[in-house]
Amino acid sequence: MVLSYREALNQAMSEEMRRDSRVFLIGEEVGYYQGAFKVSKGFVEEFGPQRVVDTPITEAGFTGLAIGAAMAGLHPIVELMTMNFGILALDQIVNNAAKIHYMSGGQLSVPLVIRGPGSAAHQLGAQHSQSLEAWFCHVPGLKVVAPATPHDAKGLLKSAIRDHNPVIFIEAQLLYGTKGDVEDGDYTIPIGLAEVKRNGSDATIVAYSKMLLLALEAADQLSREGIEVEVVDPRTLKPLDMQTIVASVKKTGRLVIVEEGWHFCGLGAQIAESVYAAAFDYLDASILRITGEDVPMPYSRPLEDAAIPNVPRIIDAVKSVYGRQ
Amino acid sequence: MLLIRRFEEKSAEMYALAKIAGFLHLYIGEEAVAVGAISALRPDDYAISAYRDHGHCLARGSDPNHVMAELFGKETGLCHGKGGSMHLVDAPRRFMGGYAIVGGHIPLATGLAFATKYQKLDLVTVCFFGEGATPTGQAHEALNLAALWKLPVIFICENNRYGMGTPAERAIALYADVAGTARSYGIMAERVDGMDVLAMRDVMRRVIDQVRGGQGPVFLEAMTYRFMGHSMSDPAHGHYRTKEEVDTHRKCDPLLLLKQTMLSNSLGTEADFVQLEREVGEVVAAAVKFADDSPFPTPAALHTDVIRVE
Repeated sequence: MVLSYREALNQAMSEEMRRDSRVFLIGEEVGYYQGAFKVSKGFVEEFGPQRVVDTPITEAGFTGLAIGAAMAGLHPIVELMTMNFGILALDQIVNNAAKIHYMSGGQLSVPLVIRGPGSAAHQLGAQHSQSLEAWFCHVPGLKVVAPATPHDAKGLLKSAIRDHNPVIFIEAQLLYGTKGDVEDGDYTIPIGLAEVKRNGSDATIVAYSKMLLLALEAADQLSREGIEVEVVDPRTLKPLDMQTIVASVKKTGRLVIVEEGWHFCGLGAQIAESVYAAAFDYLDASILRITGEDVPMPYSRPLEDAAIPNVPRIIDAVKSVYGRQ
Repeated sequence: MLLIRRFEEKSAEMYALAKIAGFLHLYIGEEAVAVGAISALRPDDYAISAYRDHGHCLARGSDPNHVMAELFGKETGLCHGKGGSMHLVDAPRRFMGGYAIVGGHIPLATGLAFATKYQKLDLVTVCFFGEGATPTGQAHEALNLAALWKLPVIFICENNRYGMGTPAERAIALYADVAGTARSYGIMAERVDGMDVLAMRDVMRRVIDQVRGGQGPVFLEAMTYRFMGHSMSDPAHGHYRTKEEVDTHRKCDPLLLLKQTMLSNSLGTEADFVQLEREVGEVVAAAVKFADDSPFPTPAALHTDVIRVE
């Protein structure tokens, strides 16, 4: 069935809420407004305001409340209107959600999903256009998921809801309207499993979330020039499926990593380090990273475009590692 | 109360002997708040605390052996040595932890209360924090949510007059009426003598049924005093308060107050107290021996419990 990314998320949550009464949705405008991006359309009508909980604008408060509810056995889904607002809840996420299982010696656990759109959309300005996944990936105790397709979004969100740990589930505003084939009915995709989205033998691109779509577009164009690129989508950023990434690099000998987040201390640096450690002798060229520029996101369209990775930059990078420039 | 007092005096000794390290925040002088409040709870009610948490944990009934072992960082500690003094947790006794970011556990308490209401259980959550937490944003967000959704939570503000070394009047606009913070959210709030364990228990018994019955949260400002320093690096008084001030408050020692009340009401004799001291002394000595004899965690424990597997 062809569904939008938004509809896939909606299905994942509604199916899980029907399956398990411990699951509830909480966040700003999730109920009567139907979600700021309409992801929870129809929820309050079906599940009622006790399970689709509209909150005041208090990210630390309601995220902390959800963590407490999870400690008492519920399975909350926290919707952050955007991941940017997760910064306001960072104390709760980092100091409580991520650590309570460890600090308690395994006595308590926090089965919790925190989801919402990350990354830039169109000209939303510096405070609403951030890719913060590297921050979350840095913290032991969190899992971080960033699916790119409707099929992956549904299967991974269901896995996240059923997980016993806090899962940061990063969507993208520009992905909500994208469509794709989604398996019918109940299925899950394991957290921590990458997928090869396109086979190739000349170079590997690792890209996730919205950047996957650019990588696939770049791969199509390069194919017309005789360069066959393999595109690996980690789907889960932590735990990261290095086995799949390394297997691809061993096959192609070349790697370009694409991420929208800031360059310095970005996720690509971690992936590159792991690949160098595991497959240095297989590399025919240095690993290249295509990333967001190290600037607060500017408003003006040409400046914003210049700050975000694009298809030509990815193509140039692949040609560079392939020795065609 | 006597157990908490003697347990913590012994903890201070163990700190001096380097058996305990890191931060150690003693509750000495404030015992009546935890004991009075927790004595009114049912075993399945939730309690949660900040980092000065030994008293609440022991009052909830945790085994002193396992509490002391946790302070020693031993494998037999409540949290297998991974929590420490500030992060005691005893889940079977519904003691949901000590938390060391000031104000950060108050939203957790509202979440525990949200869960029990969601599950249609008639449980209450009691949340302890110092007056120093009341100006934090997280406290205000939690108070608003608790009031808005009529959550079954009792906030107990232990007003010991100082947030570390800063007196309330230099930190809190409503220092003369900290309970007024909660009242501004429409929460029933009152002040209680936190040095009087019976007063604490009485006020809890009075309010707990209405909270359990779904009439919304209650906020108690327990007036108390910390006889010791903020932590082990802070002398009993310091530059921020005088010895005379501490001595004045020591005259209201909650243990002495209760003893006087019991003696004057023929609820106990001097001989009973001698006997009690002996029994408590044995419990504390046994806890130290248990902790000392216990093994440290093995290196393999380092990576367990980061992620819950299964």
